[in-house]
Amino acid sequence: MKFSEQTEARLARLIESRPPGHLRSALVPMLLFIQDEVGAITPEVVEEVCQRLGVSRRDVEEVVSYYSMLRRKPAGRYHIQICTNISCMLVGGAELFEHACRKLGIGHHGVTEDGMFSLEEVECIGACCWGPAMQVNYDYHHHVTPEVFDRLIEQLRDNGGKARER
Amino acid sequence: MPELIRLTIDGRSVEVEPGTLVIEAARRVGVKIPSFCYYEGLSLAGACRMCLVEVEKMPKLQTACTLVATPGMVVRTDTPQVAEARRAMVEFLLTNHPLDCPVCDKGGECELQDMAFRYGAAESRYLEAKHHVPEQQWSPVVFYDRPRCILCYRCVRVCDEGMGVGALGVVNRGGRSEIAPNRGDHLECDECGACIDICPVGALTSGMYRYQTRPWEMNHVGTICAFCADGCKTTLGVYHDRIMRGNNRDRSGLNGEFLCIKGRYAADFPHHPARLSRPLVRQDGELRPASWLEALSLVEARLREALAAGSPIGVIGSNHTTNEENYFLQKFARQWLKTNHLDHQRTGDVPALASALAGREGTLASTEDLYTARAVLVVGADLAQQHPLLSWQIRANWRHHRARIYVVTTGPVREDRYAARSVRVEPGGELEGLLALAEALRAEPDLVILFGDAIQGEDVARLVAFGDSLGIPVKYVCLVDYANSRGAADMGLLPDLGPGYQPLERPGMTLEEMLECPDLAVLWVVGANPLIGRQRPPSRFLLVQDLFLTETARLADVVLPAASAYEKDGTVTNVCGEVQRLRKVVAVAGVKTDLEIFSLLACRMGFQKDPVGWETVLREIADAVPGYRLSVPALLAGAPQRTHFASQASSSRRGKVRSARDTLFTSGTLGRFATILSQVREAPGALYRG
Ligand code: SF4
Ligand code: SF4
Ligand code: SF4
Ligand code: FES
Ligand code: FES
Repeated sequence: MKFSEQTEARLARLIESRPPGHLRSALVPMLLFIQDEVGAITPEVVEEVCQRLGVSRRDVEEVVSYYSMLRRKPAGRYHIQICTNISCMLVGGAELFEHACRKLGIGHHGVTEDGMFSLEEVECIGACCWGPAMQVNYDYHHHVTPEVFDRLIEQLRDNGGKARER
Repeated sequence: MPELIRLTIDGRSVEVEPGTLVIEAARRVGVKIPSFCYYEGLSLAGACRMCLVEVEKMPKLQTACTLVATPGMVVRTDTPQVAEARRAMVEFLLTNHPLDCPVCDKGGECELQDMAFRYGAAESRYLEAKHHVPEQQWSPVVFYDRPRCILCYRCVRVCDEGMGVGALGVVNRGGRSEIAPNRGDHLECDECGACIDICPVGALTSGMYRYQTRPWEMNHVGTICAFCADGCKTTLGVYHDRIMRGNNRDRSGLNGEFLCIKGRYAADFPHHPARLSRPLVRQDGELRPASWLEALSLVEARLREALAAGSPIGVIGSNHTTNEENYFLQKFARQWLKTNHLDHQRTGDVPALASALAGREGTLASTEDLYTARAVLVVGADLAQQHPLLSWQIRANWRHHRARIYVVTTGPVREDRYAARSVRVEPGGELEGLLALAEALRAEPDLVILFGDAIQGEDVARLVAFGDSLGIPVKYVCLVDYANSRGAADMGLLPDLGPGYQPLERPGMTLEEMLECPDLAVLWVVGANPLIGRQRPPSRFLLVQDLFLTETARLADVVLPAASAYEKDGTVTNVCGEVQRLRKVVAVAGVKTDLEIFSLLACRMGFQKDPVGWETVLREIADAVPGYRLSVPALLAGAPQRTHFASQASSSRRGKVRSARDTLFTSGTLGRFATILSQVREAPGALYRG
């Protein structure tokens, strides 16, 4: 597999920065970078990573199945993660998640038909002081009320994906 | 000697070497701390929390399996807090457990049952639905039942570290974690079953044993594996005269708990439907069943005729029969049949090594030496395929002692992965390939060299000369193929050497020569299949003793059904020259041991008055065979006895030596009749697969 110039450069830096004999430690970031480009950890990606790092398929499968941020199926163009952990829940995180489900017509781990949005209920994302907290791709959004949420969705839709992507 | 560390465990003072774990220190003073994930010899996991103990000045309970003993440490394992922790851990482990002990293979020998029994957790506060996952079959050998799994990761570690295979992994997270095979839905591995045996619960079960019987309904007999030359002790479970499984959980014998697929699961060949159970004699060109009386009379008559006419008689011995049988057979041939036409299928040039090392003490490596040597050199052999125990020993040596491994082979081998140096050569270039390593080897404190049939004849002496030139202590292992290949050579089943490699004045014909010789009145083949893919030899009478109607037996005039290694007592000598005791495990109707057959014939022919037992022959061996002056009582008690090459041992220059190049999943005739070996998808395996 060959990736974009930008991704390849990131992967190259990743490998250079490992001391000899420790290539294996590049596994998690490598998977993340590739997922950012490909959208998911497909069987071909697993194979590619095995080759690049000299690890076994088992090693990769262990990591992919462990970390929920690594996906086997592509997410939407905008992957929305809503925290329902305690701090956020106390200030309406759970309601926000339910609202998001209704608004987008999908549930946890769902993807909208046009492939624009996907939704995930997540545990604490480290923004407890500013709950309810939500993450769209790599961008954080704080104090997200249902109204704020709706506005954001419209904006992203209007932009037709021209806003900052993954 | 580093200074010892003194600590107190349950009021008892104990001194241990620096670096000792508290769980081990406790065992020294007889305090058994319960553990699941801790396993001697494997890396630490700290996964199960069963081993929690109280340590003075430490605020929380500590895991004894990861805690290194320090001076003055005060450990308590008998406080109410510890008892409560253990109870809680058992309760926790049982939350998702199906509690199907009544039908579980492990019932009665399950560590989880034992813990629940001892530390109690009869009541569970868990009311939620249990997480269920259906049972999975990963191979003909390995089945996995997730709900029973307590995630101790022993299986993962033994496969990774012990076997060097790394076929098992852990997928998912938390309560959904499970063990997964390397090929998604199935396994491709050594199929050794180490993971099954090491599993403290019934989560991993074997295709051979599962749902067959209960552990307490079996008799267990410890004997020596009938397949390769490594001589693993295997404890066979017998139910109603059928072998149900093999394992070695008590870690006795020179293999500890190691066994490959053959030692664990290939022991069903004695019960194969194709097993011969009656003598066969040829009449009108066809083999027909006959009584023992008829068959033995016929053999007796042919032998008497040959002796009376002074016609030559040839004898081909076996790589599988006991030392007693081999010794008795050579005595029969030489003393009574007056023939030196005696040989066996030679798979490694032991006589050449015996000659090269004659008179040198301590130059034969033992199985243990492979684990303790500072450096090991493998020449021309794929140990993981052909000598699984030796491969395991070397791997353990590398893991535990950082031994340096050197490899000279024609293809990639598993040892490459941890070898200090691997040299690839063209076939026949092994000796030359060694030279590249000379400098590195010279810097080693000591060395064990293992060599296969690539090194034979004059080359063995050259190899030993190379060893001498290094200026360090060197020990050797001459690799041979089968369970008693070494014993066959040691007992003198050779045309030019008697027992203990004593040179003979009038050497006889080699195996090849006998098969071609038109003058042989009788050719007597014991437990061997030299005629595979060949014509009937020109000898006038062909007698075969075997378990099955092999290609050779099909051509015979008389076939006598013989007992297998699992059906007799005696001793065998492994590839390292260690003698071990074989014990009768099952009885199979209609067959006789080869010793019984020889002995009955000897009586009929008037060579001896009464049949002899194996112990009598063993004592004769201990008296008569140079290098075999071993302690018979110790041997009978089950301790392996080391042998050595006598000082006047001579070399056999006659005849080629050829390993059969069996893999993990083949083993000559026996392998063909062991069901599981042909069922695994890796069969027949490939040498130099890595
Ligand atoms: S059978 Fe042996 S090689 Fe296969 S997974 Fe189990 S331990 Fe590993
Ligand atoms: S299968 Fe057995 S050995 Fe492996 S983790 Fe589960 S309980 Fe432990
Ligand atoms: S290594 Fe050899 S002796 Fe040991 S179990 Fe396997 S076949 Fe038997
Ligand atoms: S609880 Fe929601 S960000 Fe921490
Ligand atoms: S034995 Fe100590 S944590 Fe498992």
